[in-house]
Amino acid sequence: MRYSALRILKEGLTGNRGWKPVWRDPAPKSEYDIVIIGGGGHGLSTAYYLAKEHGLTNVAVLEKGYIGGGNVGRNTTIVRANYFLPGNSEFYSHSLKLWEGLETDLNYNVMHSQRGLINLFHSDGQRDAFARRGNAMINRGDDAVLLDREGVRKHLPYLDFDNVRFPIYGGLLHPRGGTARHDAVAWGYARGADGRGVDLVQNCEVTGIDVNGGKVQGVRTSRGVIRAKKVGIVVAGRSGQVAAMAGMRLPIESHILQAFVTEGLKPVIDHVVSFGMGHFYISQSDKGGLVFGGDLDFYASYAARGNLPMKEHVMEAAMTLMPVIGKAKVLRSWGGIMDMTPDGSPIIDRTGIDGLYIDCGWCYGGFKAVPGSGFAFAHLIAQDGPHASAAKFRLDRFRTGRGLMDEEGTGAQHNLH
Amino acid sequence: MRLRCPLCGERDIREFSYTGAAVLAHRPAPDSGEAAWDDYVHLRENPAGETRDLWYHVSGCGAWLVVTRDTVSHAVHTVELAAQ
Ligand SMILES: Cc1cc2nc3c(=O)[nH]c(=O)nc-3n(C[C@H](O)[C@H](O)[C@H](O)COP(=O)(O)OP(=O)(O)OC[C@H]3O[C@@H](n4cnc5c(N)ncnc54)[C@H](O)[C@@H]3O)c2cc1C
Ligand SMILES: [Zn+2]
Repeated sequence: MRYSALRILKEGLTGNRGWKPVWRDPAPKSEYDIVIIGGGGHGLSTAYYLAKEHGLTNVAVLEKGYIGGGNVGRNTTIVRANYFLPGNSEFYSHSLKLWEGLETDLNYNVMHSQRGLINLFHSDGQRDAFARRGNAMINRGDDAVLLDREGVRKHLPYLDFDNVRFPIYGGLLHPRGGTARHDAVAWGYARGADGRGVDLVQNCEVTGIDVNGGKVQGVRTSRGVIRAKKVGIVVAGRSGQVAAMAGMRLPIESHILQAFVTEGLKPVIDHVVSFGMGHFYISQSDKGGLVFGGDLDFYASYAARGNLPMKEHVMEAAMTLMPVIGKAKVLRSWGGIMDMTPDGSPIIDRTGIDGLYIDCGWCYGGFKAVPGSGFAFAHLIAQDGPHASAAKFRLDRFRTGRGLMDEEGTGAQHNLH
Repeated sequence: MRLRCPLCGERDIREFSYTGAAVLAHRPAPDSGEAAWDDYVHLRENPAGETRDLWYHVSGCGAWLVVTRDTVSHAVHTVELAAQ
């Protein structure tokens, strides 16, 4: 055991001088078996599972900033397995199972809290759709409970049940859904990968990918050339730019998603509550802040900060759903760059180049995917073939039109997700 | 962000609806093959910096506009009628 109440007390009394960094800060070597580009949640979990599941440790994760500085530290931390379509459904189901064993596996407290997620509905038609989704979740072996209006009221008494436009008819409860501490997830995987011999190289921006005769040779970086037999691209919002270094164009457009947090309050919201009709969702962090968000700003952007119209929209939705929130003061808002695919589902696949693999397109839902994506991407890189849980996340599904996973049923088109 | 519609003048972003990269204004011929259609519908340059995209002045004059702007700074350079 590295951390204990006694240790905290002792360090607190002695100026906190005894803590040691929990991972190394190595300079890059000139050659690795495998280079992972991007030290976000997905890159770190990929490296961890390469080492743990496949015994591959001559691996580097190259991160242009610092570990945990990307979306993995900017999201609203919701973890769930309530997808409907084959492809997504088995993947997120697998990922949630990995979450449930993660703290033991990493020996790290990621504060995974299965507090239950409730998706609200406001019409008979929506009730039918959620009943169907719940059945799909149960068929997949996950959990779902259809709540009527009084059932929702027991859990969430503070909602406005009689809003004129969106009266609450009920909700779909996913008891195993919840939240986790995002930074801790990055740190836990980082420590786990480092401890198994993976080099986590920070301040190392990849600026080029060398390909010769259709085979990847390595990467060029701000810290020199690094040769590698295999290279994995897992850079979230920057996927388009990094893929372009290998001459590829992706079915991806980068958009901003904003989030908000209030001052710390006493416990009031026990669950994750999702108000789809208002594009609004909320939970309360363990520090007491109400953490909430809405939809994309809805045009291509790399600004990592949002605009006022979406802020206003989110606040309006909050007030519509739970007028009680009006007294809370918003402390901060921020934005992250999302790698949006036309059908809103991700890609974990080989590329047309030997030894070059890509994991991207997580849209606004990639935090809950961190364990599952790393597991599947590590498998793909190590075995040069897809893991069963992610076999449908194919890059060519857009070109062929086969196997599109459009959960919203709006069409596989860029401006619709 | 505001856009200066050539017909209506400078208007709040909420009046406009974003459709995507301006390549959408150049639909390939029906028989031009899988690759051309994949390019048109799905594959994107997705630049961090200057981009050209297609907007619709939905709560205004109803014109389709080509906007040249910066995806990092959100500066808008030009707004032109797509029909021209
Ligand atoms: C506001 C907001 C709320 C969200 N809420 C949720 C949620 O509630 N639940 C959920 O499941 N998901 C949520 N998401 C989505 C989730 O955060 C992302 O899908 C996920 O974190 C992306 O994967 P990642 O962690 O690997 O990305 P990142 O942490 O962004 O990692 C990518 C890394 O690649 C690095 N990189 C980029 N280019 C280069 C280069 N050239 N060389 C080297 N390194 C490079 C970046 O610096 C970055 O650290 C949310 C996102 C946002 C922005
Ligand atoms: Zn106009």
